[in-house]
Amino acid sequence: MPAVDLPLRTRVAALAGRAIADASRWVGAGEGSVIGGRVTLAIDQRALELMAAGHQSVVISGTNGKTTTTRLLAAALASRGPVSTNSAGANLIPGLVSTLFRGRAGAAVALEVDEGHLAEAIAAVHPTAVVLLNLSRDQLDRFGEVRRHAADWRLALAASPDTVAVANADDPLVTWAAGACDPSDDAVSPDGVHMNGGARRCGVTWVGTGQRWRADASACPNCGSRIRWDDDRSERGGVHWTCSSCALARPRPDAWLEGSDLVLADGRRLNVRLQLPGRVNVSNAAMAVAGAMALGVDPGRAVRGMSRVRAVAGRYQVLNVEGARVRLLLAKNPAGWAEALDLIRPPPTPVVIGINAGVADGRDPSWLWDVPFERLRGRVVVATGERGRDLAVRLRYAEVRHTYEADYRKAVTAAAAGVMGRQPEIDFVANYTSFQDARRALSSKVRGGPPAVRAGNA
Amino acid sequence: MPERVAIALLYPELLGTYGDGGNAAVLAQRLRWRNIAAEIVDVHAGEPIPRSCQIYVMGGGEDAPQALAARELRSGSILADAVDGGAAVLAVCAGLQVLGQRFAGEDGKTHDGLGLLDCETHRDDGPRRVGEVVVTPEPELGLSELTGYENHGGVTTLGPTATPLGKVVVGNGNAGGDGTEGIVNGRVVGTYLHGPVLARNPELADHLLTSVLGPLEPLDDPEVESLRKERLHAARHPHMHMPQLRSGWRRLLRGS
Ligand SMILES: [Zn+2]
Repeated sequence: MPAVDLPLRTRVAALAGRAIADASRWVGAGEGSVIGGRVTLAIDQRALELMAAGHQSVVISGTNGKTTTTRLLAAALASRGPVSTNSAGANLIPGLVSTLFRGRAGAAVALEVDEGHLAEAIAAVHPTAVVLLNLSRDQLDRFGEVRRHAADWRLALAASPDTVAVANADDPLVTWAAGACDPSDDAVSPDGVHMNGGARRCGVTWVGTGQRWRADASACPNCGSRIRWDDDRSERGGVHWTCSSCALARPRPDAWLEGSDLVLADGRRLNVRLQLPGRVNVSNAAMAVAGAMALGVDPGRAVRGMSRVRAVAGRYQVLNVEGARVRLLLAKNPAGWAEALDLIRPPPTPVVIGINAGVADGRDPSWLWDVPFERLRGRVVVATGERGRDLAVRLRYAEVRHTYEADYRKAVTAAAAGVMGRQPEIDFVANYTSFQDARRALSSKVRGGPPAVRAGNA
Repeated sequence: MPERVAIALLYPELLGTYGDGGNAAVLAQRLRWRNIAAEIVDVHAGEPIPRSCQIYVMGGGEDAPQALAARELRSGSILADAVDGGAAVLAVCAGLQVLGQRFAGEDGKTHDGLGLLDCETHRDDGPRRVGEVVVTPEPELGLSELTGYENHGGVTTLGPTATPLGKVVVGNGNAGGDGTEGIVNGRVVGTYLHGPVLARNPELADHLLTSVLGPLEPLDDPEVESLRKERLHAARHPHMHMPQLRSGWRRLLRGS
């Protein structure tokens, strides 16, 4: 509920938005968070800023892992007190607004924000902390976005001096953006403004996540020269990197991963035990712990809180489809796929891959050729989704045995057909809108019925 | 025929934004399927370009990396020498622009190209040209319709002696007002089509291969044929291939 000391206009806007959202939910049109937020903003443009004021808040952004990291961070904060957080996907400005108008007074706020709208969100929310995960190519039909996002982030952070950044030291683009919060950073912004003009800055917590994706940071975001990776020099959870001509280099992490242990600069060592699978989620958890610490949560408590998270907006969820146990994984882009190929269970587990090229996926799926699908050789793969035929051709050239099946349920049965045993296990990996389609198609035979959630067993 | 065909992939970290590295993979695999040994040689910025490759492949990239790639290529004449010596080149999007006489880079600055193709590229104020493309190739190439996806801000005008790759049926291509797409100069082929272009158009891949190796036995590509049929249809009937438009309102209300 919005605090009572908000201006009347904002209170009316929040109530109207909630009413519309509730109505939308009541008629079964979904959660209504987007439409409700839009109504609130139409009545009071400053609603987000005014409602966010007075809350302790953290915003989380990046190309990959933002939904999971937000969920983990919200769980960490919940170990201490009430939390408001957005539902998956409602990560544009209206979604943030509706999260706040449903939030309790005094609750901490954890907001997942789309990377293209983070600058706007920082300017409105003035968050206590911002967690910057990574930046990589995502939607090819948009152009030059990765670099532009980094530049926008940097300018927004420079204009929000009370915000602490928690940043992935293994991502050069993120490092450069977060430098705006670092009192010792003296780089110059893309439009020539010297950003360390004596402004107060709250600093950066650098996290060594061990991220291995490099393909989208070959050129320095600060000066355009080549980034060099020094594979012989590994320290504090990652490989050292440096720009070949300017001063941008991997900062010395304040927290870093050694296996599944998160090590803090003061010598504390926390074992990160998750119910979510994979290295990538240990990295997400490391970022979430650092984010929770920025809001004053004890790291041990944060880790315990996160260990309760089992599935995130359907990711890692296991569904029963005609007797097969189907685990859903999301991979939206080459960087995400690099992680997903590690998460997929070893052969002979069959894999179904769903590829769409809707607006939210990017209309151009040629990134499929940047994914090393050759790693799937030696097992059964079924291609599906609106662009399953593009995938089938990619798999043919990768010499991966595969079939194409347009229907999601039939794709699963086809994958299960070759497996011995009563309950075949299948990994289903899909990109953004294909993942939503798969969840809907596989969850229930009843149209519009609730997803039959079974917790992940990975 | 050489014992082993070498395909150079030029500057994948600079000109690799749109999956065009796949073109090298397609060329190599189509040789291997014919029992001809093939290898892909990645050439990174700062490294010398090997002289002895049979085919050189370049892709699309953003403005600053494109200018960097052009600088690297202009520092020697290896690519031109290789073409004189019988090698073929496939240059896509930013790659096409770099092989021309001149191209406009960031903030309108003009850069010198390599002059392997008689064209030049400038920019206009219009929006980027993004979307599915269908091209009718020049008849003497003997190719089926080409399908691809374009994404560029450049306007390429062909010189008086230049031959286009084909005529645009759907999309923009060179966008110079003459309805052409791409440019061909002997064994050097430039195009705006991503996809990657050779994955969607195996006949163009085999055209490049035969231009350096002589006749090759045909391959059976039924899956590629299904993909081509789908893409050619989607380009001509975009509304029928946008399920997100059908479910758009539902998704909007649901907030996902
Ligand atoms: Zn630099």
